[in-house]
Order: sequence, then C-alpha cells, then structure tokens
Amino acid sequence: MPFDTSDLDTFRGEIRTWLAENCPDGVRDGDMTQEAICWGGKDFQFESDDQKQWMEVCAANGLTCPTWPVEYGGGGFTRDQEKVWLEELENIDARMPLLSFGIWMLGPALLHFGSHEQKLHYLPPICRGEIRWCQGYSEPGAGSDLANVQSKGEDKGDHWLVNGQKVWTSYADKADWIFALIRTDKDAPKHKGISFLLFDMHGGGVTTRPIKLISGASPFCETFFDDVKVPKDQIVGEENKGWDVAKYLLTHEREMISGSGSSRGAARSIGKVLADAGNGAMDTSLRAEAIATDIEEMAVELTIERYKDQAATGQIIGDASAMLKYAGTELNKRKHELFMSAGGSTALEWDGATGSLPADWLRTKANSIEGGTSEVMLSILSKRVLGLPG
Amino acid sequence: MANLTLTEDETMLVDSARGFLDDASPVEKFRELRDAGKAYNPEIWKQMAELGWTGVLVPEDQGGIDMGHTAANLLASEMGKTLVSSPFISTAVMAATALRQVSDNPRAAEALGKIAAGDVTYGLAIDEGPKHSPECTMMEAKKVGNGFELSGDKTFVVDGANADRLLVLARTGDDDALTLFDIPADRAGITRTAQNMIDARDSAAIDFDKVEATGEDIIGTVDNGMDVLNPALAAGRAALSAEMVGLSSGAFGMTVGYLQERKQFGIVIGQFQALQHRAAHLWSEIEVTASTILNAGRMLDEDPENADLAVSLAKARASQTAKLAVMEGVQMHGGIGMTDAFDMGFFMKRARVAQEWLGDYGYHAEKIAEAKGY
Repeated sequence: MPFDTSDLDTFRGEIRTWLAENCPDGVRDGDMTQEAICWGGKDFQFESDDQKQWMEVCAANGLTCPTWPVEYGGGGFTRDQEKVWLEELENIDARMPLLSFGIWMLGPALLHFGSHEQKLHYLPPICRGEIRWCQGYSEPGAGSDLANVQSKGEDKGDHWLVNGQKVWTSYADKADWIFALIRTDKDAPKHKGISFLLFDMHGGGVTTRPIKLISGASPFCETFFDDVKVPKDQIVGEENKGWDVAKYLLTHEREMISGSGSSRGAARSIGKVLADAGNGAMDTSLRAEAIATDIEEMAVELTIERYKDQAATGQIIGDASAMLKYAGTELNKRKHELFMSAGGSTALEWDGATGSLPADWLRTKANSIEGGTSEVMLSILSKRVLGLPG
Repeated sequence: MANLTLTEDETMLVDSARGFLDDASPVEKFRELRDAGKAYNPEIWKQMAELGWTGVLVPEDQGGIDMGHTAANLLASEMGKTLVSSPFISTAVMAATALRQVSDNPRAAEALGKIAAGDVTYGLAIDEGPKHSPECTMMEAKKVGNGFELSGDKTFVVDGANADRLLVLARTGDDDALTLFDIPADRAGITRTAQNMIDARDSAAIDFDKVEATGEDIIGTVDNGMDVLNPALAAGRAALSAEMVGLSSGAFGMTVGYLQERKQFGIVIGQFQALQHRAAHLWSEIEVTASTILNAGRMLDEDPENADLAVSLAKARASQTAKLAVMEGVQMHGGIGMTDAFDMGFFMKRARVAQEWLGDYGYHAEKIAEAKGY
C-alpha cells in the first residue's frame, strides 16, 4: 500500500496530498448523473480523458476497491480508512472513480465463496475496470419468488450446457460477463438445485434485448441463453449450492440499493432543488414535506453508516439489511416525488429545465421492486428478524 | 463521521443497567408508584447514585464517572424500556450539564458533587406556555439593589414538585437577554402546585412572587443564560430522545409478543400479513431512529459546538417513532390495550409527555429547517 497507515490523521494527510496530485480537474465536479458514472468494461466509452485517467490512477493504487485485499487489486483499507478516503473525495467534490456490479455484488460474493485462484483471476480486472459484469437473477417466472429459476444447465462432463431466459438484467447489453443463477438439478427442492455460474456474454449463445421502460430509458434487458457452454471451473461455491451465494449477494445488493437515495454524490439535494424552485414555490405543504423528507434522509443515512460500522467490527447484519433496502428505497421515491413537486411544470418536460429529473423520478419507482420488493423486505423482517410465524 | 457502534464499556453499561432495572424497576413498579400517587422511588434513585448513574456527566474530580452523553443516553434508553420514573434527565443530565459549563465556580463544583452523590434533585423552570419555547421567556428578573427579584409563572416544570432546587430562566433585558438562576425550591415567594399529569410523573406549575436572588445564584453571567442553558437543553433532548426509543422498544416487544400468542380465527394473529408488515415497518422505524440517538450522543461527546442539528434530528425522529410505537401497540392489542389493567396505556401516556417536553416534532423540525435554510 502506498499510504502511511500508522494513524488515521497521517493517513488522511497522505490521501489529501495524493488527491491533490492525482485527481484530475475534470472529475472534481461532484457530478454523479448517469453520463458521469464510470462503469468500466471492454466497450465503455469514457466521456473525457480525465474520467479515464482518474479510473486508471485509482486502479493502479487499489483505490477503486479500497477495502479489498491488495493481492486482488484492492487497497487493503480498514473501514475507518475507507471512511477517510470517501470523506476526502467528498471534500474536493471528486466523482467515484469506478462503479460496477462487479464491485458491489460479484466481488463480495467471490471474496466470501471463491477459491484463491478464482479471486486472482476475476477480481483484479474488476478493480481495473476492464470487465463489466451483469447479474442474471430474475426470470419471467421468478420475480419475488426468485428461487423459482428455470434456466437450466445440463451436465456435459467438462461443462454445463445452459439454456433459458433471464429478465431485468441490468445493462446486459453493455456487460462483458454475467453471473447467473442456473438450475443444475431439476429434481431437487427449488432452493437446493441452483448453481452460481460465471460466463462470457460474448462466448456464444447469449443474446440480449433491451426493455423500454416508462422513463423512456432501457437500463434493463431480456437475456437469452441458447446452448451456452460454461466450463466446470466457472462456478462460485459448490454445485447446487448457488442459493447460498445468491442470498449473500442479495444482502450486498440491498445495502447498495438502500444507499441509492443517499445524498452523498447524488445529482440532486433537497436543499438545492428547493432553492432552484424559488421561494415562491414554497407553500406550507411543500416546505413541510421537504423538512420531513430531509429528516428521513439524514436518519436513513446514519443507519446505513451504523450498519457498516457494525459490519466492520464483525457483527452479522444478515436479514436486517432488508430494513436498509426498504427504508432507503422508499426514501428515494419520496425524495423524487418532492423534487417533481418542487419543479412544478418545469419538471414535466423530458430533458427540459430540470434535465433528467422526470426520467429519474420514474426510474425510482423500480427501487422498491428490484432486489426484492418492499413487501418482500417486510416479510423477511417479520419472519426472520421479528420471528413472526410464516 | 463518528463511529456508530458501541464500545465495550458502553455495551457493559447497557447490560448492567438492564440487569439492575429488570430487577429493581420493571413496569409493575411504575404501576405501584402510579397507584400510590408517587412520582418516583427515592430508594431506586439512591441505588442509581451508587451505580454512578447520577454522576454519568459529572467530572471525576467531583465524584462522577464522567462517561459522557452517549452513556447517559444509553441509560435513559434502558430506563425508557420499563418506564422507570426518576429525575435522571432533569438532574443528572440537564442540571449537571448546565453546572458543568461553569464548573470552575466552586459552588457549581459543589452542586455537581451533590448530583453525583444523589443528594440533590433539580427541576428546570424554563417553560411558560403550552409549547416549549425558552427563547420567548417573559418572566422578569428585576434588578433591585445588588440583586434581583423574580416574578412570573412557570409551567410544566418536570420533576419540579419534588425537586430540591430549580434552574430558573428569567428575562433581564430585551431580546435574548436571559439569565439562568440556580435557587432552592423552598425560597420565600415560590409557590409550587403539582400538576396531575397523564403520565403520573412529577410536573409542577410554579409561581414566583418577588423571589429574591443574588449574583451568587446566577449560573454563568447576567443576560447570557442561554450560553449555559443551551448545552443543557441539548443534553436533555438527546437523553429524552433515547428514553423514547427505549420506550418504543419496550412497547414494540410487548406487541410482537402478543402477535405471537393471541389467537383469532383459529391462528395466531402474527400470521396475518397485514399485521406482519406493520410490525416490520415499526421495527424499521425504531432501528432508524436509534441511529440518530447514537449520532446525537457521539456529536455531544466529540463536537458539542456543532451538535444542535444532530440533537434536533434525534428529538424529531424519536417523537414520531414513539407516537407510532404506542399507537400500533394499542391497536394491535385490541380491546385489552385500552384497559388500565394492561401496561400499554402507560407507554402511550409517557410517550405523549415525552414528545412535548423540550420541544415536539414541530419545534425541532423548524430548527432543522432553519439550519438547512428552508
């Protein structure tokens, strides 16, 4: 690690110096709109040289995945060091150097369930932004009932022959590889016959079709598998025990989605949107809703931080993460209703004075559906945390 | 940002507090006090002093354990779970914090020692109307000779009917020229009338008729009482918020227990999804609010100059959460929840008083709005 970690203050000073020298001006605008996010991947089009340079210099120093072990391309940071890093990024309004499903989802699952060889093989390209991953979970008949996956993998000795269909695959049309739940034992009970497989989207047999949403955008795809050959070593965890990996990964997904409403790095803040709307727009009801939403936002953000702090001390969060997902996504929907209300008629035009707000507002409606609906979250909490009968 | 997990010492404090209170002060003890017309049990207060709780915010030099606001909040939260009634927040949190601002003053140091020893209780005479608004204090402290004469009426002086001493906020000039006095509750000219509160705890209406005070009775300096009172209010609001989260957890625990045993239509009612989801929502609300309490405590301990927003956030959230917890508590218990023989009503009535004391949701939402410039 290139930083002196003897104590946090020294570390902070080193990070600050490093950022002053290495963070390009073009990414110091706090911009976290879709266009400004660096997703990485073979086909990724950088919006500027600064964006590319920022990702690469961070990757070279383990800073795209600061808490992952150094040997797998990460920074080896502790939770406290990660906080310092994020705080210092915020201080200079720096964008996140790289965001991806590889970082949020597959990485944590591999770190937990993968073999050393798999970690060495798959993690560094994620850190370097070379391979963009997508998640093949949902199917037409497996939404809230996720374990009902029907995509099947036939055992052909040295490989599985995968056939089936996924849906709601985020950015499948832009991804290089997929991690997917595939039924490898059709006779076992539904949770027991699933394997967690990794395969190349361009290795033959995979096609994608974007789904146009109410926002006009197409961030999701239908994904079809026709005789896809998946070598036997491209499995995470044991055969037919993929549900354990999937569940573990879902908790990370929930934490990630819960943070999607967070003000850190957000394109809009409640205060700014209201200021833009002007005082004339601030009737009593709008003001009251702004204050209430802000209170909710501060409280939910503190809770996300608290759970992260607990996780860092080794406490198991487990099913309680369903609460973060529930609270965070409901908050994000509420915020965007507030933004639309503050924007009034200016927020009713596609790409009008409020930019992407109408599309973003519509997009948030999926927050409480994807990764488990709010109702599924409440059922998880009531059964597994509160112990109410099933 | 502060670390929002408990330290080992704090976890031990919570465990030992719970152990003591489950034995010494479960909810049925509160019922006994209510039935006997008593606001609190001086024996339990003594024991709290022996455990160091009354000195939780008192410096070690004055005999305290000086564990800080996070620890004070944790104690208040545990008390809230079983509705422990005591002058803890008035005395050990607010009066101690006010006196601590001037602890180089020998009289304040002596008073802190008495608080730690459990030898004195305080009430804060800071409200005059139906809504909390200390900044708008009208009561006058008229300059007479070398001293002052306090005349006016205070209300909702929590723990004021039994308190040995009163912290009294009075006007010594225009605008924000307010002065804080520390005077014995039996001084000539003071008339205390116990208020018959819905939560069966101590509160008094107090009339001051030309009550004499000297410069020696002032905490801090003339006209600058809010400098001393504000930190005390912040500490009290945080601890009261913690009590409300504890109260919410207590009410919630009873409710979930009931959902698991009450049968209707041949099944336990906890099997009904309509109730499951409401219970899970309430649990989420309590969890989220608990984060704001921990944050308020850490801010008061680590960065008190900038803690006001965190404290108002905690009080605003805790007020809403406690309201939801007791309303759901009664509704999910059905008819039995409406009876005096059952404890849920105690939680509801205490929650109502705690919501109002030291500023309700609206008061603190307004403070947050001001801080954010809305």
